[in-house]
Amino acid sequence: MTAAGRPGGARADEILAALADPTRRQLLSELAARGSGTATRLAQQLPITRQAVVKHLAVLSRAGLVSSHRDGREVHYAPQPDGLAATAQWLAALAAEWDVRLREIKRLAED
Amino acid sequence: MATDKVEREIVIGAPRERVWAVLTEPGHVAQWFGDLVEIDLRPGGRAVFGWTEYGSHEARIERVEPPGFFSYRWAHQAGDPVAGGTSTLVEFTLEPDGSGTRLRVVETGFAALAGSAEDRSTAVKENTTGWLNELGELKEYAQRAAA
Repeated sequence: MTAAGRPGGARADEILAALADPTRRQLLSELAARGSGTATRLAQQLPITRQAVVKHLAVLSRAGLVSSHRDGREVHYAPQPDGLAATAQWLAALAAEWDVRLREIKRLAED
Repeated sequence: MATDKVEREIVIGAPRERVWAVLTEPGHVAQWFGDLVEIDLRPGGRAVFGWTEYGSHEARIERVEPPGFFSYRWAHQAGDPVAGGTSTLVEFTLEPDGSGTRLRVVETGFAALAGSAEDRSTAVKENTTGWLNELGELKEYAQRAAA
């Protein structure tokens, strides 16, 4: 199968865009390692302001990579692994398609 | 830094000139990438990869450097024009490998795609590098943390 070639998902595109930023990847790793965290705590761990952390968390949240819930004054953020799994599968499918195409190119060239 | 990249390679028992022809001549390309193929083989030239079942994907040739390098951008969705938010870049590098050729393909730009594609599940192999490893690691962290 070839142009099936474009298995995808709006989600996968958004997720990749969200993850294209190294600070956001770091934030996500930090959250994943701790299970959850607040913007204040994350800002203490990374060399950026709390305000910047909040902006990055909003992007991650829109992409479905983190969830949030309010507890009193604080918003707690937690990582959401499902989106990552779907994106990894999407890229793996694209790679598998190139494998099929490359094998076909090999067969044609060696004919 | 990791990028949104798919990178694969294969060693072919044929000289680069032969592999180049299979990569760039429409008659050959139609056997591995689409059914109806048009290629205007020059930088800026238009190409079309058409599949009877899925429609036609527009492409724009970027670099043509026989027999070592060939690249194009192609639209992610059938019917879309080739533009920044709609296409990915495909780069082929052909290197001599003994009497054969090492062919490498790198496709980039998935993160820049504006979301619109429908979900289509496909058989999946966990065997690519770069992003995928990183995503896998993050996923593991996340699952461990959630457990």
